[in-house]
Amino acid sequence: MVGAPLLSRRDVLLGGGCLCCLPGFAASADSSTGAFATEEIAPGIHIRRGADEVATARNAGGIANIGFILGREAVAVADPGGSLSDGARLRETIRQVTKLPICYVILSHVHPDHIFGADAFEQDKPTFVGHTRLPYALAQRGEYYRGRLDQILGKGKAGPVVVPTMLVSDRAEIDLGGRVLSLTAHPTAHTDCDLSVSDRQTGTLLPADLLFVRHVPSLDGSITGWLKELAALKALPAKRAVPGHGPAQVSWPSGAADLERYLDVLLRETRQAVAKGMEIGEAVQVVAQSERGKWALFDEYHGHNVTKAFKELEWE
Amino acid sequence: MGVALGSSARAWRLGGMLGMYRYKEFAMANRKGLMLAAAICALGSFAVIFPAHATDDDGAARAERWKALQQAIFGDRKVHDGGGVIELDAPSRALDAALVPIGLHLTGDMPIKAVYLVIDNNPSPLAAHITFGPKADPRSMKLRVRVNEYTFMHAIAETQDGKLYVTEKFVKAAGGCSAPAGSDDQEALKDIGRMKLKLLGDFAAGKPIQAQLMIRHPNFNGMQMNQITRYYTPPRFIRSTEVTYEDSEVFHLESDISLSTDPVIIFGFVPHAKGKLKVAIRDSEDATFGRSFDVPEPAT
Repeated sequence: MVGAPLLSRRDVLLGGGCLCCLPGFAASADSSTGAFATEEIAPGIHIRRGADEVATARNAGGIANIGFILGREAVAVADPGGSLSDGARLRETIRQVTKLPICYVILSHVHPDHIFGADAFEQDKPTFVGHTRLPYALAQRGEYYRGRLDQILGKGKAGPVVVPTMLVSDRAEIDLGGRVLSLTAHPTAHTDCDLSVSDRQTGTLLPADLLFVRHVPSLDGSITGWLKELAALKALPAKRAVPGHGPAQVSWPSGAADLERYLDVLLRETRQAVAKGMEIGEAVQVVAQSERGKWALFDEYHGHNVTKAFKELEWE
Repeated sequence: MGVALGSSARAWRLGGMLGMYRYKEFAMANRKGLMLAAAICALGSFAVIFPAHATDDDGAARAERWKALQQAIFGDRKVHDGGGVIELDAPSRALDAALVPIGLHLTGDMPIKAVYLVIDNNPSPLAAHITFGPKADPRSMKLRVRVNEYTFMHAIAETQDGKLYVTEKFVKAAGGCSAPAGSDDQEALKDIGRMKLKLLGDFAAGKPIQAQLMIRHPNFNGMQMNQITRYYTPPRFIRSTEVTYEDSEVFHLESDISLSTDPVIIFGFVPHAKGKLKVAIRDSEDATFGRSFDVPEPAT
């Protein structure tokens, strides 16, 4: 029986954003009920800034940037959050703002800090939208993630695995009434099931974890693929973007600069390590160490990123 | 030889984990167990990292396990402390449990004919058995392995006159065994048997040199679930790797389900002139893959 496990930051890596930078959030992070603070970063787009932490019982998995988008007739949730309570609080927050039906819940990718709040919206009978590969990824990892969250957050806090009912294999649009959101299913980048959202009306891009700011990126797909998708996203005519982790919004495309630099250095120095005949264990010690100090949670994720990049690049 | 590699490979084909029944600690001898293992295991290769699955094993249970393994592999032969003979290089905490880099280093003067690597808590603990031929420089060998849960690893050197020396290391990692080899089983098999060889540095005639051998092989271990069919991908893994230089043996590696996907082996050999380094691989389906690499004229 695991009570409230005390897990070091090094041990529990879920992804997160910087709690200390946001006055007022720390207090609300303790309670796991009630509406939470969101920022209306553009007309009708409300974002809750996640904590730059790993998931703990204290933050209830509320570590990703999540939120909702209002149309004239419907609401879309863009990422339901990291736990049942994170999702429930998002729902309460929405209900304080609008009575419109919640018709869509967008699941940006398989990572649990973004999607394990989905079941809190089951009562709204929404369309759950995801990348065409998301069901496979969930089949592979969903129950495992849930089991781990049970241990970290407390039993039953994660909510069941919710599988998307609308799959996007390339592009799709959803109409909220006077507001059409464009959805893009990306080739393997941050993960193999990344879905981004863009709102042409306000020039807002919601790339979820295709964009990390301040919080060190986590690579779970392909380093070359991610750089390619990032370049394509930068070319979109958006004014601002909502990172999956980091501030609630950054200007676009300049807000991609740090991520691009990190991925570039990781790519270049991992290739050099491969060329020198280094083994992975050595590469982890030396690759992209210039990035240390520029990111929150660097030590928690960076070594894994190098390993992942190395595996990909050694066969080039 | 309860954990002989050949027989455990057969056991895998015949009945999955049946070959493992002798280790009562492994509660994964049936389908349910496998699913549990799959669930527990999903860790290492996923960028969203959770704490490794810590077992409740205490020191006594771990020591007991090693005693049983030692008996199964070496019988009643005495196993000496390996200080000054063999070193095992492994991260105390693995970054990716499906790909844990291991170094096996011989530090003494005694001529060594073989090295064993045992990952105590893996479903099939004897991960590698390496025998060295006349062209080997056995002093340093590197492998990548899967680690299923927090475990002791043991490296054992066997001298030419049959003495055994052991060293151990505790490794915190979990989930390496069921981490999928790739997102698509067919994709993973497409390139099977492709190899690359890289010489790590220049060499002079008669002087040892390190080489890196890369092999495309999914090394399916039977614990990985196909996401579409929800069935476990049948095991298919490399059983033996034979490397020769000018038809004289460098090393022979018997391996099992613990080698990582797309194995990478760094080894030493002693070339005397330009010649052919040949690699012959046989997997658990009895498929063979061969490749001959030209080793250039040594630098003068």
